[in-house]
Amino acid sequence: MATQDAEHAAEASVGMPQLDFSTFPNQIFWLVVSIVVLYFIVAKVALPRIGSVIEDRHNAVANDIEQAADFKRKAEEAEAAYNAALAEARAQAMKIAGEAKAEIKADVDAAIAKADAEIAAKSAESAVRIDEIRASALKSIEEVAGVAATDIVAAIMPSATDDKALKAAIAARLKG
Amino acid sequence: MSTESTTEEATSGFNIHPMDQFEVHPLFGDGAIHWYTPTNVTLWMGLAVLAAFLLLVVGSRGRAMVPSRSQSVAEMTYGFVRKMIEDITGKEGLKYFPHIMTAFLFILFANLLGLLPYSFSTTSHIAVTGVLAATVFISVTVLGFVLNGPSFIKLFWVSSAPMALRPVLFLIELISYFVRPVSHSIRLGGNLMAGHAVVKVFAGFAGALGIGAVIPITAIVAVYGLELLVAFIQAYVFTILTVVYLNDALHPSH
Repeated sequence: MATQDAEHAAEASVGMPQLDFSTFPNQIFWLVVSIVVLYFIVAKVALPRIGSVIEDRHNAVANDIEQAADFKRKAEEAEAAYNAALAEARAQAMKIAGEAKAEIKADVDAAIAKADAEIAAKSAESAVRIDEIRASALKSIEEVAGVAATDIVAAIMPSATDDKALKAAIAARLKG
Repeated sequence: MSTESTTEEATSGFNIHPMDQFEVHPLFGDGAIHWYTPTNVTLWMGLAVLAAFLLLVVGSRGRAMVPSRSQSVAEMTYGFVRKMIEDITGKEGLKYFPHIMTAFLFILFANLLGLLPYSFSTTSHIAVTGVLAATVFISVTVLGFVLNGPSFIKLFWVSSAPMALRPVLFLIELISYFVRPVSHSIRLGGNLMAGHAVVKVFAGFAGALGIGAVIPITAIVAVYGLELLVAFIQAYVFTILTVVYLNDALHPSH
């Protein structure tokens, strides 16, 4: 290595190119040009653009999160409203069912009462007719008994026929 | 790149000229280099600017809500430098974000482009890094005095030290302050130059060893990976030191 370095140093008159001052103005000039150009690209175009893109993204994300929270709140409100409506509907259904039951009960009671009244009326009517039938039957028995008694008396002892006495005797027997 | 041009001298075994890659030469013709001559410096600095332009401006042209790959990288670079400034200087330093960003991008792309075979690394030249460091030094010093007035001197006056020590510390602080641009520029230029020279030396071995070239080529691969790391780290170090110096100007009290 040492011999090569020496050889190289000998052939290159200026040694390290970094220390060749004759190229310094050139390098510095082009450095300044490049840096100025790059500075304008960075400061006027690149940074404002990237900065605004990043900011837009932050805003969009924040907006989306806010909107999601909003939607969640709305969903919760809707759920609460649904539950309230459900409860109200249930209460109303109960009320309607109760009313219907009461109405039906009233109808049934009325019908029963009417039927009872009809039954009572019919049985009263029947009792009257039974009494009539019984009375007419009794009368018929009296008549038949009178005729039979008259006939029996006439057959056994025709001389003792006394209608009045017979009738009295039959009446007394029937009563007894 | 210039080993071919000196093949006629390849008589003494190895033919390694690790420093030839750093030579400045005109792009057109072979004349003298004036300050305005378009040289390989012009070309590779222009390419660095173009690369930065492609990444930041063309890469982000979609302004997409969901970024493309190039826009992601542009945004990451933006966020990286911005966060660096915010962490070190607070909100006040963000005014100088474009300046810092320019320095970072220029050095980063110059370093990375310098790693291409046959390329020219502009940031390996002390003239370039020196001007960059001097610009930082002068701007920060002027800014320090403009923002703080004469009280900027307090930066060197360690008020927490015993009174007897303060003049001594003042002197040390002052010297270290003026050494800053030197270390700032040589750190960057030296790292780049050394890495590239090492790669070139190994490449020279590879040319001379025939079948045994496997060993130096493996070494080149390893060193190249290291150089890729160095390209990033040196751009980062230069930038973060710039921000630290800027912070001294913004908040000079110790």
